[in-house]
Amino acid sequence: MSAEPHYTLYHPRWYRRRVSVWWWLQNRSYTWFVLRELTSVFVAFFAVVYLWQLRALAQGPEAYGLFLLRLKTPLFLALDTVAFLFVLFHAITWFHLTPKAMVFQVRGKRVPDWVIVGSNYAAWLVLSGAVAFTLLRG
Amino acid sequence: MPSTVALTVARYRPERESEPTFQTYEIPFRKDWVVLDALNHVKDELDGSLSFRWSCRMGVCGSCGMKVNGTPKLTCATFLSDYVPAPIRVEPLDYFPVVRDLVVDLTDFMRKLKQVKPWIIRTEEKPPAEGEYLQTPDQLDTYKQFSMCINCMLCYSACPIYGLEPSFIGPAAIALAQRYNMDSRDEGAAERLKILSEHDGIWQCTFVGECTKVCPKHVDPAGAIQQYKLTGATRWVKSLLLPWGTR
Ligand code: SF4
Ligand code: FES
Repeated sequence: MSAEPHYTLYHPRWYRRRVSVWWWLQNRSYTWFVLRELTSVFVAFFAVVYLWQLRALAQGPEAYGLFLLRLKTPLFLALDTVAFLFVLFHAITWFHLTPKAMVFQVRGKRVPDWVIVGSNYAAWLVLSGAVAFTLLRG
Repeated sequence: MPSTVALTVARYRPERESEPTFQTYEIPFRKDWVVLDALNHVKDELDGSLSFRWSCRMGVCGSCGMKVNGTPKLTCATFLSDYVPAPIRVEPLDYFPVVRDLVVDLTDFMRKLKQVKPWIIRTEEKPPAEGEYLQTPDQLDTYKQFSMCINCMLCYSACPIYGLEPSFIGPAAIALAQRYNMDSRDEGAAERLKILSEHDGIWQCTFVGECTKVCPKHVDPAGAIQQYKLTGATRWVKSLLLPWGTR
């Protein structure tokens, strides 16, 4: 009890709790959520490296060779591995989010969630396959 | 099973203390009791000064929402047996100002709910003589889920965004906006989208997803918000590509 509480007649003296700085440790889904927000930095990193690659490609074979050499340094290998894992994490959580945002009706029935998630994975496989095919063939 | 349970309850008596404290009561454990029964036992037998809200005691009125062991729950639908022998701790819902003990003030939500115009909007009302607006069962099904909301505020209490950005319109109000958007009799979707695309609307949501988890009526407010974002984004893209096409 505090020293001198005072009471305002007829008006409620509200108590407002402040949000703790550690709110995101309170339960698992908060932690996942904050992790997703923070690691989006790595998704951005992935995109920047890609742009850099395009620039090197445009500058000619020499620049591109240099770019490839840089990618092979331990620092980049480490960064790339971490970024890859987080991009994967984002892709998967994103796939599982889609049925929440997209509700399809086929003949008056709602398309079940797993079909929507599944078609995302299928599209992913097909596209990756196509990319792998073009790369490995050449 | 034990014969008694320790029920710890948050107390806040503004005339006596400036911050909430906790008080523990030893109550009989009964298998068929919910947390609300335990609170009523305290009020009737042990301490008449304890304040909390309830009415229907059957998950319909939405007034008995509190945090039970840290999770927002309808106390009339939460059995003691789910927790015992562990002690049970009851607190008021998060992020709303506490008026007294377990009672919170919901004015903020009431104001926001009104903002999203949760009623049927018609560009032109037909005269009563022409009869009611008809709807097929399928048309009803498209929004029925969102209409099940009982305004219990568990979803607000579970939403860290609402905690951090109190101006956020919030899960239930957006789900209820969507309830009217999807109603075949309604023509107010564009009007609501304008309000909900503003700073405090749908884009504040970063999809934590807890609102959907705690909702006792399976309204899925998180789903409603994501659907809404998709509509908002598609409209925006359309207005860029075909400026003459929309509206
Ligand atoms: S959406 Fe669910 S949790 Fe939120 S107020 Fe409505 S019934 Fe309660
Ligand atoms: S008392 Fe009505 S919902 Fe719990």
